[in-house]
Amino acid sequence: MKKQNNLNNTQNPGQIHDIGIKRGAGRLSREKIASVLEKLIETEGGARLSAYINTCVHCGLCSDACHHYLSRGCDPRFSPAGKVKQTVSTILAKKGKVSPEFIKRTCEIAFTECNLCRRCQLYCPFGIDISYLMLFIRRACHLLGVVPQYIQDTAHSHSATMNQMWVRDDEWIDTLQWQEEEARDEIPDLRIPIDKQGADIFYSVIGPEPKFRPQLIYQMAVIMHAAGADWTLPSAPGWDNSDMCMYTGDVEMTARLKKVHFEAAIGLKNKRIVMGECGHAFRSVYDVGNRLLGWKMPPLPTVHAISFYSELLEEGRIEIDHKFERPVTFHDPCNIVRGRGLHETARYIINRVCKTFIELEPNREHNFCCGAGGGVINCGPPFKTKRVESNKVKADQLAAAREKGAEVVIAPCHNCHGGLEEIIEHYELGMELMFLSDILYECIKKK
Amino acid sequence: MDRGNNWDWEPGKREIGDLAAWSGRYDMVYAPCVSPDGENIAAIVKTGDDEWSVCVNGRTWDARFEKIWNLMFLPDNRLIAMVSDSAVWTVAIDGKTWDNWYEFVWSPVFGAESGRITVAAQAGLRYFAVTEDTPWANDFNALTSLTTTRDGQTSAAVVQHGSFPEADIDKFQEGYFTAALNGSAWDSCYVNAWEPELSEDGRHLAAAVRTSIYNYTIAIDGRTWDKTFSCVWEPKFNPKDNSVTAPVKVPDGWTIARNADPIWQGRYVQLWHHMYSPDGSRVAAIGAPEYGKWTIVENDRPWRIRFKDLVTDAVYSPAGDRIACVGKSDGKWHVALNDFIWDTPWDMAWQPVFSPDGRHAAALVEKDGKYTIAVNGRPADITFAAAWQPVFSPDGGRLLIKGVLPQSMGGQYCRYVLKTENVAG
Ligand code: SF4
Ligand code: SF4
Repeated sequence: MKKQNNLNNTQNPGQIHDIGIKRGAGRLSREKIASVLEKLIETEGGARLSAYINTCVHCGLCSDACHHYLSRGCDPRFSPAGKVKQTVSTILAKKGKVSPEFIKRTCEIAFTECNLCRRCQLYCPFGIDISYLMLFIRRACHLLGVVPQYIQDTAHSHSATMNQMWVRDDEWIDTLQWQEEEARDEIPDLRIPIDKQGADIFYSVIGPEPKFRPQLIYQMAVIMHAAGADWTLPSAPGWDNSDMCMYTGDVEMTARLKKVHFEAAIGLKNKRIVMGECGHAFRSVYDVGNRLLGWKMPPLPTVHAISFYSELLEEGRIEIDHKFERPVTFHDPCNIVRGRGLHETARYIINRVCKTFIELEPNREHNFCCGAGGGVINCGPPFKTKRVESNKVKADQLAAAREKGAEVVIAPCHNCHGGLEEIIEHYELGMELMFLSDILYECIKKK
Repeated sequence: MDRGNNWDWEPGKREIGDLAAWSGRYDMVYAPCVSPDGENIAAIVKTGDDEWSVCVNGRTWDARFEKIWNLMFLPDNRLIAMVSDSAVWTVAIDGKTWDNWYEFVWSPVFGAESGRITVAAQAGLRYFAVTEDTPWANDFNALTSLTTTRDGQTSAAVVQHGSFPEADIDKFQEGYFTAALNGSAWDSCYVNAWEPELSEDGRHLAAAVRTSIYNYTIAIDGRTWDKTFSCVWEPKFNPKDNSVTAPVKVPDGWTIARNADPIWQGRYVQLWHHMYSPDGSRVAAIGAPEYGKWTIVENDRPWRIRFKDLVTDAVYSPAGDRIACVGKSDGKWHVALNDFIWDTPWDMAWQPVFSPDGRHAAALVEKDGKYTIAVNGRPADITFAAAWQPVFSPDGGRLLIKGVLPQSMGGQYCRYVLKTENVAG
């Protein structure tokens, strides 16, 4: 039987046990909270914060944009403006004089009830960026030491290893060599070039690839080989382009991570950066981290894998051997579609490689978030039920495509995979999830 | 170590190795590298099923390995590689392996003036460094950012001291990271330690540390500065007196601090990779005086020129009176010297090299896949399919250029010695 979204089963706000939130808030006093928040508002809450707060006319047009609100029976607590009211607006109205209990709830809202997907911004007549306001709250939570355990642990991993999965320097190199060895069984002269000075392409991935999905590195190596690309990966830290610190509010660590990533490419004299199929990493590298460091744009040309694949197809550098048979649908990741406008580029690839393409409705920049983005899935198992319940609209959207025949969901983003996997399983949708590289690997002529 | 006095500085061209011919002899040839004196070219070659070796000037090492990577010549012209046999790893030097083997070796660092080599190693999930086949006396839970002195006698790294349970965020914040010098870790541990930096004599070690997840400062020999900052970048020792400075972020921007006190008045949007002139009298850094505009800042005075994309590879001349760097604007790479940008933009430019007397600077540059050397801004009139950084003779009168000719000209690796006066702009 299909699981329905029964709000009686819902993990009620504030009921979830997370030691990062609980212990963190337990160390707070009202005085400490007030002093941290007052300073934050004074030093970092500039014109943008007050413009957004003062401009909002509480019209509620943003509500129907939010999958949390729609999935939870239009509960106003989950509307974008409702989340702002419960958090930022209250803090500003009370000049930071709020209780540890309030901070706990605020933390849960900012970290687990908003994916920073920016869909609501599209529907707001004033373009108010709710994700900016939620990030402001996350920054406050970071400074107060109240952050969900699992995402904080990931931020710690970033700081200690410069990757998000506690991958040691030797494990990373060993994984590359192992994948090269595996791939040579299929393509004897394939190489995964490490530390190649002057290579055209610096290829970077996110921490979970060496840890859980090394086949994605294998597949990219096959695609690079088929395209005759001059590419490399670094042996030293800087290989991981991901960034959960951007989502915990630890902007100082975001800056450090991006410095290490860019300098790995600059030091190898590589001409441009191609990033694997990840959305949040792209936001961090292309939009957030570079600017924190004083760059208007990334210091080297930086493209997401979608742009790269499309370039290879357009220039005829890879050829399609056979089209992908099973009908596919496509989930537009927020950070590279609303964030970068790559929706048509993705469709170009799909139409070149797949026989039958069925659109999700809505799609492109109007697509609903996967429910994992913005670091929400990185808050881990305590919030799993809440996550899937907060995205019933995604399940409905996928089910509608399935009714039209779609068997495979393509999502060129790791976080989206995490979120969609949970939704497909929980709502028993029986659809298969794939990356674009899975499809390309299967369908291109391998040389 | 021979610093070039005994190299062949007779002007002319010599063909050293026929890389193209090697491709016919082996199934795969890759990662070519050349010796500092230009007399040798080597590459990793496939000699059989799952069997690899190294070819130097057409001769193959006797030894065969399951895997080889990180092939490189050291400043003393020795050829090293990380090699593996029966799933264990060691370093091979000129075809002969070290006695000790490990589960993995990586991150070779060497003394720029001695060639003495140190690598990071792992055995039984314990981490340490190995210098010329002698491992550190202590091992650690993790090791990264390995570095060594110019004489290669001292090595240092960031290490993890002790273990904490998975996902235990409170334990992590108690601090498990520190720096180790020749295998001896500091007594104090921090939430994080990064960018270890050794004094020239190898007697002192500094690092950027995070004492809580909010507080950054510099630790020297295990003692932190008495103030913290919202961010710091790598520290440097002044060669004159071993005092330590670092870029630090204060409320109104970035500046340079010594002992936690700003020594520059200026505040910058960004400031990093600071460096001392060899006599320690000057300090310069890569900086952004305004958002998105990059330059060199020397003794708190920014150059007039600005690059939109980035500045990298800054270097002092041996006498410390000139600075060269690489900059990028609108996608084109440039070499700049003392606040002047050389005429030609390139698709890529490498760190400029000064002549020992500092009068000349030369840089490896590339455009449309063709490599050449620009000397004092003027490109040499030969181009290569691949090339390495040039070297000036000890008296500065000659320039050694090392490059692989394009296929149309035979594809050989050649060593050229040119009279500096004939190529300098
Ligand atoms: S950014 Fe996305 S998840 Fe957050 S409130 Fe807006 S629509 Fe909802
Ligand atoms: S649509 Fe804009 S103005 Fe209206 S409630 Fe939402 S954020 Fe406020």
